[in-house]
Amino acid sequence: MTAAGLSASPRTFRLRANALWLAAPAIAFLVVFFLIPVGRLLFLSIQGDTGSLTAEHYDRLLHTEVYWRILIITFRIAGLTAFFSLLLGYPLAYWLSQLKEQRRNQMLLLVLVPFWTSYLVKAFAWMLLLGNQGVLNRLLGGAGITDSPLPLMYNEFGVIVGMVHAMMPLAVLTMMPVMSGIDTRLSQAAGTLGANGAHRFWMVYFPLSIPGMAAGGLLTFITSLGFFIVPAFLGGRQQTMLAQLIIIQVQELVNWAFAGVLATMLLVSALIACWIYNHLFGLASLSAGSSTADKTSSAWTRRFGFALLEKLAWITSAVTGRFSQGGRGKILPGYVALIVFFLVAPTLMVIPIAFTSSDFLEFPPPGYSTRWFSLYFNSPIWISATVRSFGVAFATAIAATAIGGLAALAIARSRSRFGGVVFAFMLAPMIVPRIVIAVGLFYLFAQMGLVATNLGLVIGHTVLSIPFTFVAIAAVLKGYDWRLDQAAASLGAGRFQVLRLITVPLIRGGVISAFLFAFVTSFDELTIAIFVSGGLKSTLPKQMWDDMILQLNPTLAAVSVVVLVIVTAILLVADRLRR
Amino acid sequence: MVHVDSKNALPKLKISGLGKRYGEVVALEPTELTVNAGEFVTLLGPSGSGKTTLLQMISGLTEPTTGTLHVDGRDETATPVHRRDMGLVFQHYALFPHMTVGENIAFPLKMRGAPTNEVRERVRETLAKVQLEQYGDRFPRELSGGQQQRVALARCFVYRPQIVLMDEPLGALDKNLREHMQFEIKRLHREFGTTVIYVTHDQEEALVLSDRICLMNHARVEQIGTPREIYSRPKSIFSARFIGLSNLFIGKVSDAGDGRIVVANSNGSFEARQENCGPLVNGKAGLVLRPEQLRPGPAGAGENDITGTVTEIIYVGSDTRLVLTLQDGETVSVRHDPATTLPALGDSLTYHWPIDVAVVVS
Ligand SMILES: Nc1ncnc2c1ncn2[C@@H]1O[C@H](COP(=O)(O)OP(=O)(O)OP(=O)(O)O)[C@@H](O)[C@H]1O
Ligand SMILES: [Mg+2]
Repeated sequence: MTAAGLSASPRTFRLRANALWLAAPAIAFLVVFFLIPVGRLLFLSIQGDTGSLTAEHYDRLLHTEVYWRILIITFRIAGLTAFFSLLLGYPLAYWLSQLKEQRRNQMLLLVLVPFWTSYLVKAFAWMLLLGNQGVLNRLLGGAGITDSPLPLMYNEFGVIVGMVHAMMPLAVLTMMPVMSGIDTRLSQAAGTLGANGAHRFWMVYFPLSIPGMAAGGLLTFITSLGFFIVPAFLGGRQQTMLAQLIIIQVQELVNWAFAGVLATMLLVSALIACWIYNHLFGLASLSAGSSTADKTSSAWTRRFGFALLEKLAWITSAVTGRFSQGGRGKILPGYVALIVFFLVAPTLMVIPIAFTSSDFLEFPPPGYSTRWFSLYFNSPIWISATVRSFGVAFATAIAATAIGGLAALAIARSRSRFGGVVFAFMLAPMIVPRIVIAVGLFYLFAQMGLVATNLGLVIGHTVLSIPFTFVAIAAVLKGYDWRLDQAAASLGAGRFQVLRLITVPLIRGGVISAFLFAFVTSFDELTIAIFVSGGLKSTLPKQMWDDMILQLNPTLAAVSVVVLVIVTAILLVADRLRR
Repeated sequence: MVHVDSKNALPKLKISGLGKRYGEVVALEPTELTVNAGEFVTLLGPSGSGKTTLLQMISGLTEPTTGTLHVDGRDETATPVHRRDMGLVFQHYALFPHMTVGENIAFPLKMRGAPTNEVRERVRETLAKVQLEQYGDRFPRELSGGQQQRVALARCFVYRPQIVLMDEPLGALDKNLREHMQFEIKRLHREFGTTVIYVTHDQEEALVLSDRICLMNHARVEQIGTPREIYSRPKSIFSARFIGLSNLFIGKVSDAGDGRIVVANSNGSFEARQENCGPLVNGKAGLVLRPEQLRPGPAGAGENDITGTVTEIIYVGSDTRLVLTLQDGETVSVRHDPATTLPALGDSLTYHWPIDVAVVVS
């Protein structure tokens, strides 16, 4: 044992220096299946027919008004979505952050379940709600409030409602950790210094929560930029977004070069948003708490920001002063209940519809039957799609957990100055819009003969899942006390025993949630599946997409319920195992 | 201690029956405490004894389960925290990380609607008082721990609250800095004439700073008094042990008549004055002796003595302490008289003390 103790220090040193090699599989994988395909796609946009460099495709973009309009619409919808997601989600995130930890973890499921609910199921639910013959219009008409159906869908209103519903959980989940990390003693301190509730909130809590808002706004904005499911089903022609245009270019017009142009636009927009987030976001410097960064301009913004917040605080205290103490205490819980209802109720409404006896999507259903479920279970197309989705998701989860987990271990153990670069690279698939990755991979797979193969799907889904598994495992490793390993080693455990008896049991929770999140990501994935799977090789989401485009039918409701049950079950299992 | 004309001056702060429970857990038994204007009172006690709970109830951050709180004779039990004229200094400073030092200090003035000019002037003045004139535009994280603590003090004293509450404000500092900051706090206390209630679990700090110490244990107050009173007249074994070094002989008590009592155990029987004896429970008690009260040599008239072998010699800088082990294995600490030669380990020594100095506690 003494010999081992003596040799331990040079060996751990070597291990530390070399730990970054553990990220090699992840780096190699992402270079081949993420960096190269995306780069190739961007390059296509400046390549002429003969292979020479050309700007003709960009020329076409510049000189076609309709593309400009689509670009502007895309920005407008993404911007509005991010804005409303933050605005409406902030009080919910605040409420969650104020709960005791155990209760917060329970209540978080109210956001996590909508977060992981398939976008297709959500879009389907909103179509049932908002259509001319939809639930809302029937209720309004039935109550005699409206004479003719209101146009709730196939317009901007429908798209924004659907988008906010889809993105708000992401905004809340990004803001919440920042908010719960705000030291409660700061608010208390402000109280003892004479600040009432409104001042405590606006002058202390709110500025400290801005980094969370900025991150939440950034993520919802970028995700919305490349989104197509909601506008495809809830929007009209006027709400066509960039991603839809890319799909048309690739699938119908087979115009790769122009798809490359549009992908470049998307990617550049996303990167600009990131850049703004990092550098120019004046408000973020409110909470940055450093006087060294370019002093004059940020000091000016800060002063302006504080003056504004102080005004808001005085106004708020004047307004809330009119309410009774008891009345004030009920506003937030009431609001939270309303928002949770907005997040959860539409998808829950699909359940009774799945059990309808009618041939039509009526609500409330005229009678009860399980015929749509038996239709699903007896349909070879649906069952094979379901089985394929399960298989692909399982393989993806294993691959992404292994590759992402090793990379996380590399980051945790390495002191190399390249650690930061590797970290950013692992998260890059989350920043680059999915549609760009999907089209890039489609081009690559077409050359490699991987289109319409399960392997192609697994590869694509693994690219998308690696950021999730990486972050989940990096998070537990960050809190992991490496001295425990050293302690175990000093007590006589060999390296393998340390791994088996100490490390793995302690990080098990993180690994399991990484696995399950990768599983759900793949199980729900549509963007890559639209291109890479098809015909007899469809996944479940792809099959739903095809059916929804053709015609809405009660079988879709039954399938939605199946998806809902599977995803919720996985989430509950993940939640249980993490404790 | 600040002397107040007790006939017509109301106490600054009067706590009656103030208590707190969390479900089954009693964080603080109903407690009485009166603090005079300008006084420096320390809440001293081991971890979990309810110091923070008491302080937070005074500040209004925690609602009491029972009892009342009066400031200058006004009932303030239900006053919300931001309307109380009190300042609270937190253990980890709780400086606002998104505001500069100057903005932190200006915050309480702004909350009171002070005009901008006055705010600027007062902030400058207060920064000068804590020797941080140059640091107004820095952010808290750009300061050292001691500087951050000074900012916290400045932020608290700038609006001249009548009562300042401090919860282990020096807990996170190293020893040298602590001593320096103790001095600083004392100075601010004197300069502003503020009433201070100070929490610590460091007995030395309590002795240095306080006019009076409120000794707490197991969610209740053990003893309140000046440092000298508590040191020389502990009311319980806990008090005797918690403040200063003490020797304790535990034994049966009996009345020896003539105003004297006797505590007897296997090391002998020791006399003490009846008037130095607190209330006793079922005939058992401890006789408390401070090391410096024992003198070398056998007992004369009106004295007691003990004999033991030297088992440890501890050098503590200014002093040398000897540990004597008595017949039955009990140990006694005594101070070595620097004028005499140092004994060797194993030497047998006798020490004596006048019976007037011993205190008997239950
Ligand atoms: N919010 C709470 N819920 C339940 N019990 C609490 C709560 N706050 C304090 N307690 C309990 O009340 C008792 C007194 O706590 P308090 O914080 O007042 O101790 P303290 O004397 O300040 O200790 P320390 O020196 O460690 O700060 C402890 O037993 C503690 O566990
Ligand atoms: Mg405490």
